[in-house]
Amino acid sequence: MLSLAPYIVLFPLVGFAVLGLFGHRFKNEKLVGIIGSGAVGLSFLTAAAMFIHMLGLAPDQRKEIIELFTWISTFTGTATSLSVSVAYQIDQLSILMVLIITGVGFLIHVYSIGYMHGDPGFWKFFAYMNLFIFMMLNLVMGSNFLLMFLGWEGVGLCSYLLIGFWHDRKFETGGYKPGTATTSDAAKKAFVVNRIGDFGFLLGMFLIFTTFGSLDFDTVFARAAVLSVGGGVMFWITFLLFVGATGKSAQIPLFVWLPDAMAGPTPVSALIHAATMVTAGVYMVARCSILFALSPETLQVIAVVGALTVLVAATMGLVQNDIKKVLAYSTVSQLGYMFLAMGVAAFTAGIFHLLTHAFFKALLFLGSGAVIHAMHEEQDIQKMGGLMKYMPTTFRTFVVGAFAIAGIFPFAGFFSKDEILWKAFSSEYGSVFLWLAGVLGAALTAFYMFRLLLLTFEGKERFDHHIVHPHEAPKTMTVPLIVLGVLSLVGGFIGIPESLGGGNAIEHWLAPVFEDANDKLGIGYHSPSAMEYVLMALSLGIAIGGIFVARAMYLKRLEIAENLKNRFPGLYKVLWNKYYVDEVYDKGVVTPTVRLSESLLWKGVDVNVIDGAVNGTAKLMNFAAHYVRLIQTGVAQMYAVVFVGGILVVIAWIVFR
Amino acid sequence: MTIQAYLLLSAITFILGVIGVLTRRNAIIVFMSIELMLNSVNLSLIAFSAYLGDVRGQMLVFFVMTVAAAEAAVGLAIIIALFRNKRTVNLDEINILKW
Repeated sequence: MLSLAPYIVLFPLVGFAVLGLFGHRFKNEKLVGIIGSGAVGLSFLTAAAMFIHMLGLAPDQRKEIIELFTWISTFTGTATSLSVSVAYQIDQLSILMVLIITGVGFLIHVYSIGYMHGDPGFWKFFAYMNLFIFMMLNLVMGSNFLLMFLGWEGVGLCSYLLIGFWHDRKFETGGYKPGTATTSDAAKKAFVVNRIGDFGFLLGMFLIFTTFGSLDFDTVFARAAVLSVGGGVMFWITFLLFVGATGKSAQIPLFVWLPDAMAGPTPVSALIHAATMVTAGVYMVARCSILFALSPETLQVIAVVGALTVLVAATMGLVQNDIKKVLAYSTVSQLGYMFLAMGVAAFTAGIFHLLTHAFFKALLFLGSGAVIHAMHEEQDIQKMGGLMKYMPTTFRTFVVGAFAIAGIFPFAGFFSKDEILWKAFSSEYGSVFLWLAGVLGAALTAFYMFRLLLLTFEGKERFDHHIVHPHEAPKTMTVPLIVLGVLSLVGGFIGIPESLGGGNAIEHWLAPVFEDANDKLGIGYHSPSAMEYVLMALSLGIAIGGIFVARAMYLKRLEIAENLKNRFPGLYKVLWNKYYVDEVYDKGVVTPTVRLSESLLWKGVDVNVIDGAVNGTAKLMNFAAHYVRLIQTGVAQMYAVVFVGGILVVIAWIVFR
Repeated sequence: MTIQAYLLLSAITFILGVIGVLTRRNAIIVFMSIELMLNSVNLSLIAFSAYLGDVRGQMLVFFVMTVAAAEAAVGLAIIIALFRNKRTVNLDEINILKW
């Protein structure tokens, strides 16, 4: 049963090939939609069947590696010869990721049939989406670092293609090319920022190879498991891997690409920039948990970066007016929670939050897509309001999503976020400050989510009725919303903590994956304590407080927000401009790089040195040939003389040597 | 007579042929010099054949002579064609075989 794993990867690849090669000939949108969603749906069914099969197996039999063929093989005869296979690994962690990717991915594919209706690039969109699913599955199912890296780069490529899908549309980017930027600029930004992170990943991979002599997960992790904690090499390996994760998962300092990535179609934002691709960094840290366990310093760095990201992104989200940008900052912030969990060695909690976040963030993005659709491509929440009576289904599911992300009991986000907060407080690697950052972030999350919800769906209608006629989205869009709404409601029940009388199923499920890391870090079993209930009540209370503040400000007394804005103009300006991070990067990194490239690398090195060398070679040849050709007189006897002379020399050499 | 005499004769005719090829201007004479070189090699082949008592060398010479006859026909045809085009068979005036 587990040997079916390659088929999971195969279906989306076939879908991509069919749509990519023949898609433009299919005149029927339905056919394209069925092929695109069907490929992902088949993968999901296969994965679900495998998951059910795995439930019946003993924990130590739930892992299998299926090797397809040798990809790269260099036999240098030494111990460090490189041999990499295309091999897929199925275990408790990767099946969970596969279920998220194909399950949420399938729903978003179905949703896209409605959302992308009538787009001239309909088939292209589905081809890219299938390619993305294929690459993402390689990322989470690859059994070695190189295959993971292939997926890692592949999803980056798909992200680029899909952000810039409407490549000639104008887009208000952060900081650069004001007024003239198009979505392809946003795509480029995402690609380049990701490249910086990928460079770290690549260096980390080199270091792993020189240290462990292999790139296979099993070999590396087995060799790492016998090492003792600490050491400079382990710090650098894990640190470089984390740099890769900050790029892909939009953490400080490389988060700037994610808000701009909202330039893409909304299903893309939901699938790639909320539910799956951006969680790749979290998955990678979880997968390499044993390596990170060997370097508590890196874990500390991760925890601090995660906590900072939670706060920075959440505060930026407070004042945004673009519905998708609020969600984008909230994604950055939620990813910060996941890294906070990783940093305090609560790997299960991080993966749990990844799972619930995939549900409710996909739901929120798809809901926002339905709103944008209904408002005729309007994304400014200042120009919405009162939409609940026009689109009741979207409104209801959006409320579920908002409650889930705010962490209100018993929605999915409550259990996962609370688990992280508790671990941030109680873990040997946590601290009060990390917990405080998390709780503050939770309050901010509740506030900005309900600000978004209220400004969009409730209150006065601030749009022009002559131009905009809001309407409920078609069935292909609302059904995925409802499914995701249900998942956002019940998804948390797989991780009900012991303190609330639950079995914490996900913890037991993932325990074998993180066993080595937890042993290394000395994390054992903790029985529930009174403190847990206190903190739980505190974080829940603070989230509810955030909701009430939002209600007061944006439903009852709208002037409060205006007053606050006028009382703290400086603070508002800083938040509105997103702490000027984009401007600083632009002035500090982008502009100098462009200037240097233009004046030195282009006009200096390229024109003079490289072109000079190429043209110089040609000129030298021309010059030499001009004189050398004079030897060739055209008189055949002259040639014969040379020929005979040559023979004489050869004979002389044979006779007299 | 020993084999040295034959080989000496063969060497002398070969060198005469080479000198003829390198120094004469008339294409016909150059051509004849080439034939001379060819036959000097035939001579040494025959000499070795007789010396070693192996008849295969003499058989080989017949083949060489047959091919040489064919080659002579082609060579003369080329010279005629050359003369028709250039009105000369002086090799130092025919120098288009360059650049």
